[in-house]
Amino acid sequence: MSDATSTGRPPPRDTRPVDWRALSVQIAIALAILWLGWHAIGNVAENMRARNIPSNFDFLFATAGFDLNQSLISYSATSTYGRAFLVGLLNTLAVAAIGIFFATIVGFAVGVARLSQNWMAAKLAAMYVEIIRNTPLLLQLFFWYTAVLAPLPGPRQSLSLPALGLRAPDPEATMAAVIAAALAGVALLAIRNQIKGSALKTAGFAISALFIILMIAAILFGPRILGFGEAAGILDISNGAYVFLNNRGLFLPFPSLGGAAIWFPVILLASAIGATGFAFWAKVQREEKGLIIPVFWINLLILVVPAALTIWAAGSSVSLDYPQLRGFNLAGGARVYPEFFALVLGLSLYTASFIAEIVRAGILSVAKGQTEAALALGLRRPAILKLVIIPQAMRVVIPPLTNQYLNLTKNSSLAVFIGFPDLVQVFVGTVLNQTGAMIQIVSITMAVYLVISLVTSLAMNAYNNKMALTER
Amino acid sequence: MRKSILANTMAGVFCALLASGSGVFAQGQPAKSPTLEKVQKAGALNCGVNPGLAGFSMPDDKGLWLGIDVDLCRAVASAIFNDPTKVKFIPLTAKDRFTALQTGEIDILARNGTWTMQRETELGLLFTATNYYDGQGFMVRKKLNVTSALELSQASICVQQGTTTELNLADFFRANNMKYEVIAFATSNEAVKAYDSGRCDAFTTDASGLYAERVKLANANDHVVLPEIISKEPLGPAVRQGDDIWFNIVKWAHFAMVNAEELGVSKSNADEQVKSTKPDVRRMLGVENEFGKFLGLSNDWALRIIKQVGNYGESFERNIGSGSRLRIDRGVNKLWNKGGIMYAPPIR
Amino acid sequence: MTEMSASSSTPQTFVRPAMTPERAAPVPTSGALAWIRDNLFPGPASSVATILGLLLLLWVIPPLAKFLFIDAVWSAENGDACRAQEAGACWAYVRQKFSFFMYGSYPREEVWRVNLTLIAGAILTVWMLWPDARGRGGAALAFFTVYPVLAFGILTGSAPFPVGWLPSSPEGQIIWIVLVVALFAIASTLFYLNRNIGWAIAIFGFIAWSELGSWWLSLGLPLVGTHLWGGIFVSLLVATVGIVFSLPLGIVLALGRRSQMPVLRFLSVMLIEFVRGVPLITVLVMANTMLPLFVPESWSPDRLLRPLIGVALFSAVYMAEVVRGGLQSVPKGQYEGAMALGLSWSQVTRLVVLPQALVTVIPGIVNSFIALFKDTTLVAIVGIFDFLKAVDTGRLDPVWAGPKISTTGYIFAAIFYFIFCFGMSRYSMMMERRHSAGRSH
Repeated sequence: MSDATSTGRPPPRDTRPVDWRALSVQIAIALAILWLGWHAIGNVAENMRARNIPSNFDFLFATAGFDLNQSLISYSATSTYGRAFLVGLLNTLAVAAIGIFFATIVGFAVGVARLSQNWMAAKLAAMYVEIIRNTPLLLQLFFWYTAVLAPLPGPRQSLSLPALGLRAPDPEATMAAVIAAALAGVALLAIRNQIKGSALKTAGFAISALFIILMIAAILFGPRILGFGEAAGILDISNGAYVFLNNRGLFLPFPSLGGAAIWFPVILLASAIGATGFAFWAKVQREEKGLIIPVFWINLLILVVPAALTIWAAGSSVSLDYPQLRGFNLAGGARVYPEFFALVLGLSLYTASFIAEIVRAGILSVAKGQTEAALALGLRRPAILKLVIIPQAMRVVIPPLTNQYLNLTKNSSLAVFIGFPDLVQVFVGTVLNQTGAMIQIVSITMAVYLVISLVTSLAMNAYNNKMALTER
Repeated sequence: MRKSILANTMAGVFCALLASGSGVFAQGQPAKSPTLEKVQKAGALNCGVNPGLAGFSMPDDKGLWLGIDVDLCRAVASAIFNDPTKVKFIPLTAKDRFTALQTGEIDILARNGTWTMQRETELGLLFTATNYYDGQGFMVRKKLNVTSALELSQASICVQQGTTTELNLADFFRANNMKYEVIAFATSNEAVKAYDSGRCDAFTTDASGLYAERVKLANANDHVVLPEIISKEPLGPAVRQGDDIWFNIVKWAHFAMVNAEELGVSKSNADEQVKSTKPDVRRMLGVENEFGKFLGLSNDWALRIIKQVGNYGESFERNIGSGSRLRIDRGVNKLWNKGGIMYAPPIR
Repeated sequence: MTEMSASSSTPQTFVRPAMTPERAAPVPTSGALAWIRDNLFPGPASSVATILGLLLLLWVIPPLAKFLFIDAVWSAENGDACRAQEAGACWAYVRQKFSFFMYGSYPREEVWRVNLTLIAGAILTVWMLWPDARGRGGAALAFFTVYPVLAFGILTGSAPFPVGWLPSSPEGQIIWIVLVVALFAIASTLFYLNRNIGWAIAIFGFIAWSELGSWWLSLGLPLVGTHLWGGIFVSLLVATVGIVFSLPLGIVLALGRRSQMPVLRFLSVMLIEFVRGVPLITVLVMANTMLPLFVPESWSPDRLLRPLIGVALFSAVYMAEVVRGGLQSVPKGQYEGAMALGLSWSQVTRLVVLPQALVTVIPGIVNSFIALFKDTTLVAIVGIFDFLKAVDTGRLDPVWAGPKISTTGYIFAAIFYFIFCFGMSRYSMMMERRHSAGRSH
């Protein structure tokens, strides 16, 4: 079904100079389509006029008047229908992105497990694939939504995780500690790189581990060590619970950035661009000069330090926002909604079963001699999988994988059945009902999915071309 | 390739045929009622109803439709055909209901629809009368100890999308400056299911709907309907604009039922009442004057309705009131002379 | 022995003075233990995986078995027994509601019509798909032509033939008569000229239909409106209609996509890529709300017909891609050989390419059918009472309402869909194996 199969043989070529018959058939068909289309448009116009269906896009700027519970941008009942559309679109994109992430991980794991030497793992993986693939996604979504909700208690009896209570840190102290740790880390990295050239690989490894420990320790206990006093620590074991789980969702503390809130995303974006650029540069260095640069660690610094500095600059307005029981529900902090959770879970597991089959086929397509040769070279099984099999399998895997990503995105429209405000639920559901502008709304929605399909296809094709180039 | 040309020619002939057919269909005679003619020719009335709202329209185990909306359609069928079974009930989702009426798929929309200005102006419908005065309310669990909707601040509320309910809900919380969380579902069924599973603190819809949904919950007595009514929901049947005679038939079918209750004419005594000396009764039952003729119906139209379907009070008691499982108090739906607002213009 | 070796004191050849100690038996390479060691505990990481897997099974299977069998309520008059705290799956409810799950609100006294249609469909399907069965082609032809027409007539009770189709207006009647006469003339001419006999027969058949229509109506089957249809029956109906219409349409689109004519190719590619790029839900919503706008008011399609059109269109474009794969698998030499014999394009396609291509794609078609069957659950969004929706609604019956009812209904639905889809997928895999076995010379 994939587009990649389009490189087949063309049908036999007609070599006559001008095929008048073919030409006339085409003209006739084109005319027939035009005629039908013209009539259809005429009917639509007539019917829309007769039923007072709005035919313009003014409704997008009218006040919506209804509320939505999950939104990545600010939204209220006084916002416009256009903004409701944006909320739905962003929710769809978020579900698709997170779903694709998990589906890929689970799918690859299961696909590899199906070919595992371990009988138990192979059979369990096969069972998973068969059960999931052969039942409707909608049924699975109902199941997860019920299964996720049913065993959880109400908000007043929330399950809580008291052991890991977190508390607002003293921002200046924390930042000082983080920056100190970062500097120490850079120094350590320099030493590590010196050692790495020699045979002391273990030492390099140990230093990396030390670096991680130092970072974590600095964040958690740094302020205290640096002498800012007891109250400055982030980790606070003694205090009450801050993480809650109930049938309204999972509630987590969330940093509220105060004045830095506006700058924070900008800085993060700049850091991300910088990190990508650095990774690219490092790759060029590696390929051209054979220099090995610790991209991961340096990128970690690039991402963390500017963000930390921003928070530091924002000063005392930074605090952690905790969920607290207010009335019927917990308020404050960050929240993962059950609808979102069930949707992502259902979509990921469903798509993963298809990805697993694709991965399995991909791995099987790699000649057995490759594994045998790698074994003969003394590589271990995980290394063979990572360095030999998967890179070759990817060429077979990517085109159908693209299709599965697109399927997941399209299937996210099933959100409408479990009350998650995705594009279809908000726009084709509520907005269509309230405005009646069916042509515009259905067209916009379809166009959005088409654009998503197109962009994903292009991106995956580019990746595919890159992978195909490595074939020598 | 010759065959393709032939196929195209044939397709062309067909299309031309279809197009000419449509031209014939599209023209109606302004003097008569095209809807009535269509219904009479088809031998049955197409009535759009709620797929399952106890008391309003719901099929029983044998697939027989019951409810006050159903009774209204049956009354119209009685008036036209002298047979209340000549109705085809078409269950419609909240999303489809107005389109179905606009497209002519149904002749009457008796789907507990709220009479609003937008629906009569933008959507091109006409509500004939109010057959149930309703208002939006909330249902909560008893153990929450909530006694008023004003205590619902911060609550999670399940609602069906695509109705006025969703908008009223937003208005209510905005007006009272309270925060809440809305979870909107495509169907009422799913919204109730989520409420039942504990996802929401409250479920909101029209008060009559709350009672109807409550009897379907596993333990109906664990749930309570709050006293506040946060909106006006005059529910009634609707027809398309542009067919005034049909509009009149549907409107007066309802008014005949209300007048019959007021005049004490019921299913059981209708035949005796024909001999009544009261001029009001005689006019209604077609003994005096010829009101049926001006509707394009026979003169005993109202008599048929009352004999075959009953008066408004009977229909109410049977479907919603004490004779039903819902046991909803008649409240404002009592007759105007009994303390309610149900009022019908006189037949004269 | 000892004596002898002692006496002959020339130790030139070594003679073992004692029995060698018994060595441990070699690690067995066959048998249960060996199998367990090789397949379950070959190394530390693998052993951990095995133990985790065992724990998972222990965690899932006993409670599941307890719920499904041990604590299950197998027969009851109403939901009281199922509402008990320790009760498991409420199979009594499924038994009680089975006819609702199966037929929706289809009148019970008319249910034999559904059964007849379903059984006939099942026989035709099995016949058509049974490898090496005789007359498979005939069964397939019947399944894709005669069966849908008759099924329509039986299920609705209205004539499946275009009788009384337009004589509602005098103009329409005149056009109808003119058309019939013209068709008759064309068919006779074709027949007389001994050309395009197939077309001639088709047109005669079309005219005969309109006569058959009145005969059908005289059978007096009560009309059953589509608003009463529901349950498994509608799920199967939607999937079958999807397949019956999507296969021919898919073949046309696939041929169009590979056509030499740019206009045809462009239109096919546009349609295929457009529909493949959007979710089925939006196609269904479009079919439900927009289709009535595209046609004059009086032809507003039936509520069940609209999603059927949407589903057929949706599956047709996927089918087109499956068929395209089949067309590409036909070796080029087949085209060239056929062209060299002087066959025209339509003859090459009809007689040489399609038969080979379609045999290749039978597994693909079956897989499409599985996908389609699972997707039929989505028609609930436009208010059609499919199986899952029936299960979801049956829950609302106050006689049965209870905490275990939804779960039971969903499990029942899951088992049903699983058996159906798993069986079909096994079949498709078997056909694939047979086919590839035939190919590898």
